[in-house]
Amino acid sequence: MIRKAEDSECPQPGTCSPARAAVEDRCLAGIGSSRVYPARRSLPQREESRLGGMRQGMLVGTVVLVLLAAAAVLYTIAPESLTAVAWDAMRNPDQAPVLLKHGFLDYLATAWGLSPTAIEHVSIQITISSLLAFFCLLFALTSLVERKVFARIQNRYGPNRVGPWGLFQPIADGIKMLTKEDIVPRNADKVVHLLAPVVMLVPALIVLAILPYGPGMVPIELEVGILLFFALGAVTEVAVFMAGWGSSNKYSLLGAMRAIAQMISYEMPLILAAIAVVMMTGSLSPVAIVESQEGYSMGFVPDWFVLTPWGIVGFIIFFIAAQAESNRSPFDLPEGESELVAGHLTEYSGFKYAVFFMAEYIGLFAISGLAATLFLGGWHAPLPVLDFIPGYVWFIVKLYALVLLAIWIRGTVPRIRGDQLMGFAWKFMTPMGFATIAAAATWHYAGPGPVGWLIAGALVLIPFLLLSRVFSTRYPVRTYRYSER
Amino acid sequence: MITDAAFIAFAVLGIVTLGATLGAVAMRDPVHCGLALALAFCGVGGFYILLGAEFLGFIQLLVYVGAVAVLIMFVILLTRRPDSGQDTNSRGFWSALAGSGVALGVFAVLAVAISRSPSIQTATPADPEASIAAIGRMLVSSHLLPLKMIGVLLTVALIGGVLGAMQEGGKLER
Repeated sequence: MIRKAEDSECPQPGTCSPARAAVEDRCLAGIGSSRVYPARRSLPQREESRLGGMRQGMLVGTVVLVLLAAAAVLYTIAPESLTAVAWDAMRNPDQAPVLLKHGFLDYLATAWGLSPTAIEHVSIQITISSLLAFFCLLFALTSLVERKVFARIQNRYGPNRVGPWGLFQPIADGIKMLTKEDIVPRNADKVVHLLAPVVMLVPALIVLAILPYGPGMVPIELEVGILLFFALGAVTEVAVFMAGWGSSNKYSLLGAMRAIAQMISYEMPLILAAIAVVMMTGSLSPVAIVESQEGYSMGFVPDWFVLTPWGIVGFIIFFIAAQAESNRSPFDLPEGESELVAGHLTEYSGFKYAVFFMAEYIGLFAISGLAATLFLGGWHAPLPVLDFIPGYVWFIVKLYALVLLAIWIRGTVPRIRGDQLMGFAWKFMTPMGFATIAAAATWHYAGPGPVGWLIAGALVLIPFLLLSRVFSTRYPVRTYRYSER
Repeated sequence: MITDAAFIAFAVLGIVTLGATLGAVAMRDPVHCGLALALAFCGVGGFYILLGAEFLGFIQLLVYVGAVAVLIMFVILLTRRPDSGQDTNSRGFWSALAGSGVALGVFAVLAVAISRSPSIQTATPADPEASIAAIGRMLVSSHLLPLKMIGVLLTVALIGGVLGAMQEGGKLER
């Protein structure tokens, strides 16, 4: 068998690509192990790539210089009071965005004489536009990062033609989406078909407002913020239904029905995992939840909920259910292209499709942000030494780490079958959610000592072992005849 | 200014809710009616939030829009006859009369109940304590029995649903 593999590696000397050539060289020289694969790093490199690297470096340098020059020009022409605000913000980076906003508003009030109501409106506008700008940029970046990471997982390059490292690919995609023809099926329900992307995007954007980005940096401080998140998540189901039904296409309708069934099923474990946290904190307010995770035990272990026996289980349940809620692989049956074309998105093209795409990603950001808030300590630093880094940086880092994890999972795990999907939600995730709640309750009374670890740990471990044994499919472990690993 | 903003919000919400409710009754396509009803539920949730009862407002969204409206639309979809085109709202005189009668009856009962309620007898009713903690405490103390009964009812409904989905031999349908 091994002999054969080697033969196929070295077909005809001198007839293939540089990577192949490298393999051939090694094969011909008889070095290396019995099986020689081209290492990942030795993908074919073009001769001009080093030159390209220089050009890219120069480009980055130019951009940095232009930004610095712009900052200097702004500094010289800005009035005294505003530069003082900027210095203030520099001295206190943790609160920099808040200080900048309030300084600017004070400046407007004193220098321009705006009324308090007008100031309030400007304040709201600043918050909304900065949130929108940030998350839309993050969306553009992520659409590129996802393709790049996929490409790496699948051993290819990914987008690398538009701009340095393919950085301008999102812009090209945006222009393409905007200029494409907007096709509406003749039999479609025109109004419903048009409204579906809007109904999809609006809740995804609103829920961004309850996430605590840093200390004192919550767009809307609500007592029932977590509830708002789930309530608006439920509105998304109506949007999916509208998309599926409005297209009057059987693939769309089937995809929408699958999507809604899946969203309803996985909402249960999602909410159960969140309820454990709400029980421990005694509050539905995201800020209170983050504040209750402050501090470090033994001086360096952060008091995040993910580092408790119920918290780790809750986090895993929440994260898996979040993947299902945002219809991402391995739960992307609603869009299973091999059977349903693109599910409820089949009849959407151009900018409407882009809006759906954006809503999906912003929903992913929001639910990752909520996971970071509930289980990963929100804006708190993972080590006391790292406290000097501002809280909002930590929050965004945690959010994006979860997004990257989701991309990794999407690139690695194959799509599951419909009955597996439902069985997993109702027979495994939901009972585990209840076990998490029981463990959280005992943890609350036993306290975070060895006793608490023992009881709460047993309360999640025993159901896990039992459930995985009872509902095991009992398929024999698959062995691969032609691959050693 | 706050009252002005609240008034504008109230007016917009009122127009949207009333319009959506009218649409839910008058539109020809049942799926459109279902969607209009979902919008009306959203409007009612908006009223709750406007009145400071955020918890109730979001629960309204979660339960009525997320569950009830979706369920209604599913029922419409699954029970539609394949030769569609016939499945419009019936417009008979007697059905309209019966519907109006039921609506008037419900309105009359609600109006009488509200006008006799003790909290409306005083000129300015005291602000009820609407914090979630208070609601939770009431649910597990004075309203414990109804809560448990609802739990039992829902469990029975769930088991009934599973039994209904079973075939004769006791095997689940695939």
